[in-house]
Amino acid sequence: MTAESKQPQRPLSPFMIGTYYRPQLTSMLSIFHRATGVFLAVGALGLALWLMALAGGKESFDCFAALTHNGLGTLVLVGFSYALMYHLCNGIRHLFWDAGYGYEIKTAYRSGYAVVAVSIVLTALIWVVAYSC
Amino acid sequence: MSFRSPLGQARGLGSAKEGAQHWWLQRMTAVALIPLTLWLVFGLASNAGGDYAQVLAWVSSPVTAVALILVLVAGFWHGALGLQVVIEDYIHTRWLNLGLLMVVKFGCLLLAVASIFAVLKIALSPATGA
Repeated sequence: MTAESKQPQRPLSPFMIGTYYRPQLTSMLSIFHRATGVFLAVGALGLALWLMALAGGKESFDCFAALTHNGLGTLVLVGFSYALMYHLCNGIRHLFWDAGYGYEIKTAYRSGYAVVAVSIVLTALIWVVAYSC
Repeated sequence: MSFRSPLGQARGLGSAKEGAQHWWLQRMTAVALIPLTLWLVFGLASNAGGDYAQVLAWVSSPVTAVALILVLVAGFWHGALGLQVVIEDYIHTRWLNLGLLMVVKFGCLLLAVASIFAVLKIALSPATGA
């Protein structure tokens, strides 16, 4: 504990969300990437439970399906599908940055708007397929 | 391909002693998940509202079963790496940090193994594999 008390109290830069910084598209998309990632971990839990319910037989599958075949269940699934499409599109944006492309402010904003648009279109497409098949 | 400088390698992979491995694995699983995710969501969507027999037939087909297992491996691996970073960034209490990291790592492994076993059980079951 003595080692800890000897640490100098250096100033920390404030957290990006709060009163210190003006909200910007880039910072909001960044924190949304992390938020959707955590949310999708819950979705992965759901996918795993669904597969286990399917392997368990008709009874457990029907029980699981009853949870999702209603208004609230559909809303949650829409949420998961949008989170997945957003995280996918913004993840590809991150991979371009990792490869060294798209760092110009103008480009970063353009790719940000593109991510929002494409993720909405893909989510809509998923639900068109879901209701037409 | 390595992003480590020769000096960095010689000094022993940095303070965490694992170098760029975590970062690299997060990107590799991400790349794998691009086609796998698109396949998964449109596969699930085309079976939305399907009854037990229809969904069982879809999952038990060899292509679906193999792709599902790949999604589960890459997905839970990517998820465990991502949640690890979130915990390391925000949870600074030692015991809580370590406890949550164990919950995430063990939990992701448990769910991956259990769901892969479920897919194998369905795909290899003689009653359903037509």
